[in-house]
Amino acid sequence: MSIGHSFLGLLEGKPRHGYDLKRAYDERFSPGRPLHHGQVYATLSRLLKNGLVVVDGLEPGEGPERKRYAVTDAGITDVQTWLSQPEKPEPYLQSVLYTKVVLALMTGRPADEILDVQRTEHLRLMREVTRRKTGGDLAEQLICDHALFHLEADLRWLELTAARLNELAARVRP
Amino acid sequence: MTEPLLVGTDLFKMYGTTPALRGSSLTIRAGEIVAVMGSSGSGKSTLLHCLAGIVRPDDGTVVYAGREISAMSDVERSALRRRDFGFVFQFGQLVPELTCVENVALPLRLDGVRRKEAERRSREWLDRLEVGDVAGKLPGQISGGQGQRVAVARALVTEPKVVFADEPTGALDSLNGEKVMQLLGQAARDTGAAVVLVTHEPRVAAYADREVVVRDGASLDLERVA
Ligand SMILES: Nc1ncnc2c1ncn2[C@@H]1O[C@H](COP(=O)(O)OP(=O)(O)OP(=O)(O)O)[C@@H](O)[C@H]1O
Ligand SMILES: [Mg+2]
Repeated sequence: MSIGHSFLGLLEGKPRHGYDLKRAYDERFSPGRPLHHGQVYATLSRLLKNGLVVVDGLEPGEGPERKRYAVTDAGITDVQTWLSQPEKPEPYLQSVLYTKVVLALMTGRPADEILDVQRTEHLRLMREVTRRKTGGDLAEQLICDHALFHLEADLRWLELTAARLNELAARVRP
Repeated sequence: MTEPLLVGTDLFKMYGTTPALRGSSLTIRAGEIVAVMGSSGSGKSTLLHCLAGIVRPDDGTVVYAGREISAMSDVERSALRRRDFGFVFQFGQLVPELTCVENVALPLRLDGVRRKEAERRSREWLDRLEVGDVAGKLPGQISGGQGQRVAVARALVTEPKVVFADEPTGALDSLNGEKVMQLLGQAARDTGAAVVLVTHEPRVAAYADREVVVRDGASLDLERVA
């Protein structure tokens, strides 16, 4: 997640203080997982150094939280470039789960149990995310849906692999 | 934990030479939502039909609220299904000649509730499922998603103790399917009904309290084992 670009985008609406920026970010993009103050500080220093933001006001007191920041033209261009470029799709080709299954089969351990335990864990998390989604507003629902679709994809893979375990065993056993 | 409400033990069922259930057991507690998953042909629907007293198992017992279902007379069993159980299937469950509100009112009418009262309660349920506006339409005039909501309303209108739902979202796109599941789950929680939910879709199963997997006619409670 690009914290820097998100900050720049949030600053496009209006200049904000450091603490306000952190709160807006936590609320919109990272509910339940607030940024550390260190991350906020490091990100703002980098944006300042690169000329993407400037300080346009100070409150009494110390630290970056008390400064008010405004985005520069270079900062706006930076957000624009980021938004217009597609993210690299994550290929997930090095799956820990696949490795575990193959190793279990190679060493004569019960691979189906590994799949069952994982399935249970995935569905448990899906139920948790679903509960959160049910109680949440639209923003929260969309964040949860993104997680749910990925978890579902994993679960489908677990089912498919369970159905093909004998076939796979025949190939990987020495 | 609450008392078990519906307990199937060591259920066996053959269709000709095809074993559909081979020693399947499942316990449902009052008010809980249990997802039944498993690959096609593994025996999920057969298990649901046995638990609901629609199919008689070759062997094993089904006990509902302390009474063995297979020991009941046909009359007792259908009265039980009408009063204590509700059903939602994948499709084709609404009577095409009746309006939606008449469809929902049907179980109440069969149980001797007067038309006016039955339709009043049915309209309330249609409103709850956010399809109050289709009350006067025929099933052929509404969308699949609306039809499933009407079917859920019909399953819940008698305020049953157990709702049996076999792929209730199977014919819907994911947004509508989830909405139906969410409304079904909410309605069940509001009325304290337990739900036996057969589904292929993990995102639908995630609305349940727990999951049971059926494999080759045997049901596994992975969570209890783990
Ligand atoms: N009425 C029937 N007559 C003959 N065989 C049947 C009947 N009902 C089910 N079977 C067989 O019993 C087995 C279990 O069927 P069941 O319908 O319970 O599976 P399921 O898990 O619900 O599958 P699906 O996910 O495809 O709905 C299958 O092999 C099926 O072909
Ligand atoms: Mg079925």
